[in-house]
Amino acid sequence: MADNKVAFELVSPERLVVSLPVDMVVVPGGEGDFGVLPGHAPLIASVRPGVIEIYEGREVSDRIFVAGGFAEVTSERCTVLAESAVRVSDIDVGRAEKDLQTAQDALADAGDDGARADAERRVDVALGQIAAVRRSAMH
Amino acid sequence: MASLQELRGSIASVQATRKITSAMKMVAAAKLRRAQEQAEAARPYAQRMERMLASLGASVEGSPGAPALIAGTGSDQTHLIVVATADRGLCGGFNGNIVRRARLLAQELTSEGKTVKLLTVGRKGRDQMRREFGDSIVHHVDGLGRRSVSYEEADGVADVLRTMFADGEFDVCTLIYAQFKSAIANVVTAQQLIPAEAPALAEGEEEVDLGGAVYEYEPTEESILEELLPRNVSVQLFKALLENAASEHGSRMTAMDNATRNAGEMINSLTLTYNRTRQAMITKELIEIISGAEAL
Repeated sequence: MADNKVAFELVSPERLVVSLPVDMVVVPGGEGDFGVLPGHAPLIASVRPGVIEIYEGREVSDRIFVAGGFAEVTSERCTVLAESAVRVSDIDVGRAEKDLQTAQDALADAGDDGARADAERRVDVALGQIAAVRRSAMH
Repeated sequence: MASLQELRGSIASVQATRKITSAMKMVAAAKLRRAQEQAEAARPYAQRMERMLASLGASVEGSPGAPALIAGTGSDQTHLIVVATADRGLCGGFNGNIVRRARLLAQELTSEGKTVKLLTVGRKGRDQMRREFGDSIVHHVDGLGRRSVSYEEADGVADVLRTMFADGEFDVCTLIYAQFKSAIANVVTAQQLIPAEAPALAEGEEEVDLGGAVYEYEPTEESILEELLPRNVSVQLFKALLENAASEHGSRMTAMDNATRNAGEMINSLTLTYNRTRQAMITKELIEIISGAEAL
């Protein structure tokens, strides 16, 4: 592999979604987005629901929404373990809004901490999807 | 010697059986293809997760604050064995092999004076384990993966495990399932789920060389581990269930293929007997006619 590329892999529990060498990838980390270029310091980070941007040269070549997970970065590769992954262009806004509604209802009814945390997570995912579509529409 | 009519009847019944087994074989072959694709597609995630866990685990090893899911409870008195089998039979030695392995492990642990609890996934496993270990079965799940196993289903089972572990109902959890190799081969595997074991490196995989650098953690090692470990239980379970599904269909296909072939052989030999008997009767009748004519 060329020295100036990062081997990027995005895997969801069901399958390997993306595996290709890229110039740069921006990952929505739990504590803020971070970009990975070749030679990045080794890092293991949590990932919040958000959009992964893959750069070819200076252009964004692909945007993929992930519903949280983990990322492992070494100097030559970047692996993201996502709970679920969907291309931003494939997001169904209508469904995301419906999901948001049911998740908010569930949050209001949540009896214990476990249910509340679960509902909160679903609200985050739905909001993230809607925001991702809006943002990509502006580009 | 059986009469012609009896022979005709048994030929017809074996032919009907052959029709069923050959249909089952074809259904299993179609399901196998899908299950195999799914199992193979799910492997990367489980592997990456193990790798991440291995690097995390190495860094918390021996530290007092390490979560119980990786460090253990400090005791290994109570063992939970998760026996993953199929809901349906007629798949050769598939269920039997898994159950045998589970039984051996349970007997071994009992003889060491440990307490054994069982969680069975799949109806066949429960039915067979119940005879000997009926009192030890603490939970049972079946009906998983009617069409194909989903991650949510695996997560549901993992939830039961995590709750039981949090309530201190067991110290060590071992999962027994059949790892898919090919349509005719699978390997019964016992995998320790809790505490998470850093796996041996898979063949052809190289140890991650950080060139002396150390991983940074964001936000912190502990909080990542806290999220990663429960997830790992679900993921490993999901992987095992997928492997199991593929192995089940593979075993069924092989078993039904054999059954179809055996039925074919049986039909051949019955048809031969039938023809011989018929010929013998014709000959006998001819002899009777000729000897009758000669007597005149």
